Amino acid sequence: MRPFAYTTAGTAVEAVAALAAAGPGARLLAGGTTLYDLMKLEIETPPAVVDVHRVADLAGFDTSGERELVFGAGARMADVAEDGRLRRDYPALTESLWRAASQQLRNMATLGGNLLQRTRCPYFRGGEPFACNKRRPGSGCAAQEGLDRSHALFGGSDDCIAVYPGDWATALVAFDAEVDVLGPGGARSLPLARLHREPGDTPQLEHTLEPGELITRIRVPVTPAGRGSAYLKIRDRESYAFALVSAAVALTVDGDGRVGECRIAVGGVATRPWRVPAAEQALRGQPVSDASARAAGEAAFAGARPGRHNAFKIELGTRTVADAVRVAAGRAVR
Amino acid sequence: MAATEPVYEVELSCAVNGEPVHVRVDTRESLLDLLRERLGVTGAKKGCDHGQCGACTVHLDGRRVVSCLTPAVQAAGADVTTVEGVAGPDGELHPLQQAFIDHDALQCGYCTPGQIMSGLACLAEGHAGDDDEVREYMSGNLCRCGAYAGIVAAVRAVAEQQGR
Repeated sequence: MRPFAYTTAGTAVEAVAALAAAGPGARLLAGGTTLYDLMKLEIETPPAVVDVHRVADLAGFDTSGERELVFGAGARMADVAEDGRLRRDYPALTESLWRAASQQLRNMATLGGNLLQRTRCPYFRGGEPFACNKRRPGSGCAAQEGLDRSHALFGGSDDCIAVYPGDWATALVAFDAEVDVLGPGGARSLPLARLHREPGDTPQLEHTLEPGELITRIRVPVTPAGRGSAYLKIRDRESYAFALVSAAVALTVDGDGRVGECRIAVGGVATRPWRVPAAEQALRGQPVSDASARAAGEAAFAGARPGRHNAFKIELGTRTVADAVRVAAGRAVR
Repeated sequence: MAATEPVYEVELSCAVNGEPVHVRVDTRESLLDLLRERLGVTGAKKGCDHGQCGACTVHLDGRRVVSCLTPAVQAAGADVTTVEGVAGPDGELHPLQQAFIDHDALQCGYCTPGQIMSGLACLAEGHAGDDDEVREYMSGNLCRCGAYAGIVAAVRAVAEQQGR
């Protein structure tokens, strides 16, 4: 690991000031489960880090609001996953948390840090001699002609097909979450759907935050579809693995058994959190049935662009969306 | 903010198994390396060193974490508990340690300190209600000998003793 200068911050304002003072390339360290790991591999080589893991004003969360749920960016994944109100009223959100990582990592990792978790593409993490435009712009993409079983069906480019690995952001994007950030220029908010970038020809740029900005809160508008929601995650093993495919579904079912509000996103298959409006449109107004659930899954994966080893995810993903629709509809208040 | 000299080493105070520790650490140093290489507390094991195996699991202020991905500087002011701190003062094994013996929950033993620390947390969190829940909440601890059936049985046995 390369040497790095270390400072701590006690508040969000202090953290932003310390980040500015630490100079170019300085990084925020929260739970450390991604950044410190990649620093060990020398994939990340920040000259300085600002430790925000004890920033008190980011640590809380409130799921009792009438208009929105508010999550401090420093809240721990494990603590939020245990919240009783969230488990009852937004099961997709808690499932996206407890089906991620291990309890040890969830005790460490923060909600804000998790949003910007970096890809698990083995060519990115593997370092030299593998070509990776994300790690070393212009070097190429070893995945394009390599082992692409874990790579993206959606949102890729000739320069990068690395999957965004997070579960929490995949669930949040289905709920139209907003992200609050604080930077040298003050505070601002943006839709979570605009936080992550597709790789295009600049895969090294993964998000739309300005240098020196800190995520402070995540806000989720209250919706009755939360009760009828599910986050299903299909993995190579039953637990503690990244998604081959995941699906976040949230819906309401009206009096005659038809789907009203409908929100669907898929994970493990795209270069950023991936909402699928075509699947929502296919299901909205339809009676809940195996056929309509299947049709939603097919709509979700209609535009998939598989590589050499990941075409199996189209059928797997279609079924995952369909299963998630059935589970969500079973939970929905009628 | 006034310009200050970059800090590459930090004076760290914490408690390890109840004993106060004062040590100067490199900012790069992991809590696992501090415990094993500097303090001679070698119960926590280095398996993968990337948070994937759980062999290094310890408790930080009562919560289980992987010490390989915990920068030592983040333990400032914290209570660290390792497997060495689990048995009674006269050396009497903790009921979970005894249950690992009784249920044949290890073969080579390399993952066992991490399994014990994770199992204790699993019980304390209330995540040992049935076999499936134990499997889910112990999934961060790999056992390459495949003693999983015994590990689940040991954690469940203690949960039942505790009336959970």
